[in-house]
Amino acid sequence: MDIIKRPQDLDDLRKKAREKLRLREESDTVADGKCSGLSSGAGHIQILICGGTGCKASSSQLIGERFREILEEKGLTGSTDVITTGCFGFCEKGPVVKIIPDNTFYTQVTPEDAAEIIEEHIVKGNKVERLLYTDPKTGLHVSDSKHMDFYRKQMRIALRNCGFIDPENIEEYIARDGYAALAGCLSGKTPEEIIEEIKRSGLRGRGGGGFPTGKKWEFARKSRGDVKFVVCNADEGDPGAFMDRSIMEGDPNSIVEAMAICGYAIGASRGLVYIRAEYPLAIHRLKTAISQAREYGFLGENIFGSGFSFDIEIRYGAGAFVCGEETALIHSMEGCRGEPTMKPPFPAESGYQGKPTNVNNVETFANIPVILTRGADWFASIGTEKSKGTKVFALAGKINNVGLIEVPMGTTLREVIYEIGGGIKDGKKFKAVQTGGPSGGCLTEKHLDIPIDFDNLLAEGSMMGSGGMIVMDEDDCMVSVARFYLEFTVEESCGKCTPCRIGNKRLLETLDKITRGKGTEEDLKTLSTLGKVIKDTALCGLGQTSPNPVLSTLNHFHDEYVEHVRDHRCRARQCKALLTYSIDSNLCIGCHLCARNCPADAIIGDVRKPHIINPEKCIRCGMCLARCKFKAISVR
Amino acid sequence: MPDMKLPCDIVAKVDEICRKHGDDPGELINILHEAQHLMGYLPEEMQRMIARRLGIPASKVYGVVTFYAFFTMTAKGKYPISVCMGTACYVRGSEKLLEEFKRILGIDVGETTPDGKFSLDCLRCVGACGLAPVVMIGDKVYGRVQPIDVKNILDSLD
Repeated sequence: MDIIKRPQDLDDLRKKAREKLRLREESDTVADGKCSGLSSGAGHIQILICGGTGCKASSSQLIGERFREILEEKGLTGSTDVITTGCFGFCEKGPVVKIIPDNTFYTQVTPEDAAEIIEEHIVKGNKVERLLYTDPKTGLHVSDSKHMDFYRKQMRIALRNCGFIDPENIEEYIARDGYAALAGCLSGKTPEEIIEEIKRSGLRGRGGGGFPTGKKWEFARKSRGDVKFVVCNADEGDPGAFMDRSIMEGDPNSIVEAMAICGYAIGASRGLVYIRAEYPLAIHRLKTAISQAREYGFLGENIFGSGFSFDIEIRYGAGAFVCGEETALIHSMEGCRGEPTMKPPFPAESGYQGKPTNVNNVETFANIPVILTRGADWFASIGTEKSKGTKVFALAGKINNVGLIEVPMGTTLREVIYEIGGGIKDGKKFKAVQTGGPSGGCLTEKHLDIPIDFDNLLAEGSMMGSGGMIVMDEDDCMVSVARFYLEFTVEESCGKCTPCRIGNKRLLETLDKITRGKGTEEDLKTLSTLGKVIKDTALCGLGQTSPNPVLSTLNHFHDEYVEHVRDHRCRARQCKALLTYSIDSNLCIGCHLCARNCPADAIIGDVRKPHIINPEKCIRCGMCLARCKFKAISVR
Repeated sequence: MPDMKLPCDIVAKVDEICRKHGDDPGELINILHEAQHLMGYLPEEMQRMIARRLGIPASKVYGVVTFYAFFTMTAKGKYPISVCMGTACYVRGSEKLLEEFKRILGIDVGETTPDGKFSLDCLRCVGACGLAPVVMIGDKVYGRVQPIDVKNILDSLD
């Protein structure tokens, strides 16, 4: 590949590349498309397979291999392409396979299904009905994603290319206007104009804090320094969140392009991506994108002949949640323990190696190129007054449609949970939704109609965070959930400041005491006062938000805490120490199955006679309940 | 920590890793990543050696190793088991799952069975939340695992 030296050359390449993508772009809006099949003279067919981590865990790689093998055997490789894409988002129904041009969306495909899809669909033109998505409301098959509730309310900006292009082929990214924003910036805009544009768009940092991105860039621009750095924070540590990973896996070039634009805007020539070592696939795709970008001349010396040079290196995180905090991240990149330092000085003045550094998160960067190609006004027209654009959420927990979603700011939690998410699993009752991970809080039924944006979530005691959204049902004990998050915080506290190191440990001990049935009403007051002290006095953003899970559950689920300490009762039956297992002598037929499986030998009784549980020996593991076929065992 | 000698080939490889990174203390984390790959963990002697090469105190290397969850100072089992304790898996019952692994294997988190076969750890989100709760054994991901399945999974590895 020759290096692309002029924006004009990029235009030419885009036109050529778009030809290849035309089939996919045209069929993207096709609803309930008919497929004629190769035997009836259908033209070219493309098979898109999700290659995200979630689907790969369900052997999507094998599915691709099977497709390729069979197409080879049948001599169909000339007319049918198999393309591995990034995440489609609908992880609940993964692995997902999409057939172009009829835009058929197959769910939960296994490697064994490949033969049937090829024989029936590709060759004969008959859809494989059993692999289509069934709308739970109507019971009917839906063959394209446009008609699924999961996709209907979504708006994909940061995820615009995920599940659409081959992330390891830079030309597919170019075909989607890739690197056009960079070319535009380098050939006609001053850094100040770019910063102004980003400011006007209203984009706010997607990593958690929601700081205006344009302002951040402006600080770094104005900061004096011979060397400056652009850092991409890809240390996604919120457990149960996978937005950034999916973007890097599905559209890594958008990050490369945005970092180069940021470099030009603030006057930096070096970029660093700080990425979790636990993300091997994202690392691989990002490395591929970086090396292809170098090959095409989008990274390196004198990009587009503009005199601007920029390159990107990768730095690995090593599993420390606190490294999501920008000062801690910078220390970690310098080879030290990831401990945060006081701000000011902000990284924009003194960051990596003491030089001015601009740190943005992955999703923030993914928005940059499209803001510059479509304009700040377009972006600012989406969302709420103070939160513009869209937000990507990793929707998980007790919800029917687990997956990766992107919605305009201002969408309500109800729309996300009941329309996109398809409601609560197994028809259970909604109890809470946790946003913002270990720094966020739990919201309840009464918050369901609040439009989601940075300020609204904060006002309710939670926060946007990076986008983890965990739904909980009536079986979840809110005290245990708070304890779970505190356990995480205590484990992840860097130990530098006392409020976080010791305060959170005391919070955890108190919660532990409550879940073991030893709590008192006095303990609830301790949780509240101590939580507030930690919020006010901890050193970094993570420490200051760490009591949020406790404070928000204490606030919204006070009754449940009181039940634990006063009545020694856990209504969700999660707190083991508060449970009693018993056998209903009317239902027990004495099959002895529970007793055989009891690890503590706590169940006694003669065969064919009702058994009993010895509460002294019972370790409350629930094994008997799971094994009993006669519903004779109950738990209180 | 007992005084153990590193095998010669490992010494040579650690040497090579440090050299590749220009013996730069700023590269410590990258060096440790590669070094851990050699034996699956970072024995004390290896940390001392890296410290000497980079010209920094061994305490600094140890400080970094113990700070980050990804680095470990104990050898893993032949089948390293990691139960996902991300929030999505937690609300779908991963805690009970972990209890079951602990009970059957008779070891705690961070330990290895005496026969060196299994080691047990927790991890935070592999990103397969659609399959929650998830257990990773080696590179293989087991999805939608229930406590009742644990014994069968372990037996299948024997």
